[in-house]
Amino acid sequence: MITIDSLTKSYDEHVVVNDVSLQLPDSGVTSLIGPNGAGKSTLLSMVSRILGADAGVVSVEGLDVFKAPSKDVAKKLSILRQDAHTTARITVRELVEFGRYPHSHGRLTPECHAAVAEALEYCDLVDLTDRPIHQLSGGQRQRAYVAMVLAQDTRYVLLDEPLNNLDMVHATGLMQLLRRLADEKGKSIVLVLHDVNYASVYSDRIIAMRDGDVVHDGPPETVITEGALGDVYDMEFSVHTLGGDRIAAYFR
Amino acid sequence: MAISRTSVAAAAPWVAAAAVLILAVVSVFIGVAHVDFSALWSDPESRQIFLQSRLPRTFAIILAGSALAVAGLIMQHLARNRFVAPSTAGTVDAAALGLLAVTIVAPGTAVMGKIFVACIFALAGTALFIALIQRVQFKDLVFVPLVGIVLGGVYAAIGEFFAYRTNLTQTMSVWMNGDFSGIIQGRYETLWLAGGVAVLAYVFANWFTAAGMGRDFATNIGVNFRLAMAGGLTIAALVTAVVVTTVGAIPFLGLIVPNIVTMMLGDNLRRVLPTTALMGAALVLVCDIIGRVVIFPYEIAVGVIVGTIGSAVFLTLILRRSNRYATA
Repeated sequence: MITIDSLTKSYDEHVVVNDVSLQLPDSGVTSLIGPNGAGKSTLLSMVSRILGADAGVVSVEGLDVFKAPSKDVAKKLSILRQDAHTTARITVRELVEFGRYPHSHGRLTPECHAAVAEALEYCDLVDLTDRPIHQLSGGQRQRAYVAMVLAQDTRYVLLDEPLNNLDMVHATGLMQLLRRLADEKGKSIVLVLHDVNYASVYSDRIIAMRDGDVVHDGPPETVITEGALGDVYDMEFSVHTLGGDRIAAYFR
Repeated sequence: MAISRTSVAAAAPWVAAAAVLILAVVSVFIGVAHVDFSALWSDPESRQIFLQSRLPRTFAIILAGSALAVAGLIMQHLARNRFVAPSTAGTVDAAALGLLAVTIVAPGTAVMGKIFVACIFALAGTALFIALIQRVQFKDLVFVPLVGIVLGGVYAAIGEFFAYRTNLTQTMSVWMNGDFSGIIQGRYETLWLAGGVAVLAYVFANWFTAAGMGRDFATNIGVNFRLAMAGGLTIAALVTAVVVTTVGAIPFLGLIVPNIVTMMLGDNLRRVLPTTALMGAALVLVCDIIGRVVIFPYEIAVGVIVGTIGSAVFLTLILRRSNRYATA
């Protein structure tokens, strides 16, 4: 369980995350949705200690993420963010091996090698193992980063807008992979999504934010509704049931 | 690709080590004084030249060349820009400024004290550069090192102002132009410190690779980004300070060697660091040999030779790269 207690962040008077308290489950897929500037990414960054908080506490299974040694936190949660200019020419294998750093400090044990091989296999990267990551397509690179997190072997995997710049083939492939991680490996996946329908189809729980506050929180059945979405985004939605999924239309 | 990248990577350090070994032997044989190597153990004069001049010079070249190349490798990672190196980030000029300050204020300071002051200046000068480029939104591949070169020019101008007033302009130019001709036993040993620091860099290589992948990446795997940054810049500053104080600056070395090596072997520091160090040593050995041979029995300072070759390679790299990695 990740416990978020009264987390607050503001930039020059402007409150980005306003006294948010939440509990994130220890398994399943949890999506954070909301308009630009709602504070989703800021919240995720604070939970993963990449960004300091102005006030509040985050604890992962009892470990205070801001106070505990960073490498201890790195064994419990991992965070993937979109880094615009990673130009480092390292191979897929080298990237995935970095996931073992919290466990081995760079001296890979046989256990590490096994974890790396399994992660590469699981993310369908065996053929790309020795390719430099800057030569991969966006979707392949995203899978390589997910494999790294998988090798890191943390219960909690946080992803900030992982579908950015992916076409629908790769976006769906990545969401299926994340769903499998939750179902087969028992991981807790927490991700920021812009596409409410991906959130609807793949999540166990959706947390909707607006202006720094959590305004709706629950399973897709309660959040992907015309009323709740209209409330979050301040525009009109029509929600349809298609093959058992709740799909929101907002194009007209 | 005919030969796989991994086999190139496995062979590279051995090839580089062999090159350094052969060049070192050549370097030891070249000199104005005649050394009879067959009589090294029987002829005391030959032995004296060998032990007190030839061997120290060769050691000094290997240590300075490898340490500077490693310093450049770390700096381009931490700055996330391939053209950032001691000579393009103001580090060299700041070290020389520090050396000038200690020479003016306390001329009698022992060499370790001078290195310490030069190191502090180099660190502060480089930190200012890093702080500057972190504030600049326009992180162009060529623009960033240009900022460093301009900043280095400012440091150099401050130095020249005071050097002129204290009649030290000539001393200053000696620091800025690397030369191994004055190296004899007892005058190069500080360079072992630079060599030791380069070995230390290897121990923490994974930190620097992680930091080079970005702050978030490093934090995620539990690497303290600020510590990695501070540690890496301290290593680069110390190496620069030692080299500038002991033999003088060797321009472009820390820039071109890491670029060429990482172009072939990738950016995993732990894997490329040994080859980078050896290639740095090999390049300085070659340039020093050239400098000693072209106008024999006179010498051209190694800084001039490396600078000439280095600037040509630098230009080639810029022209090639700005097409492909323009936003790097």
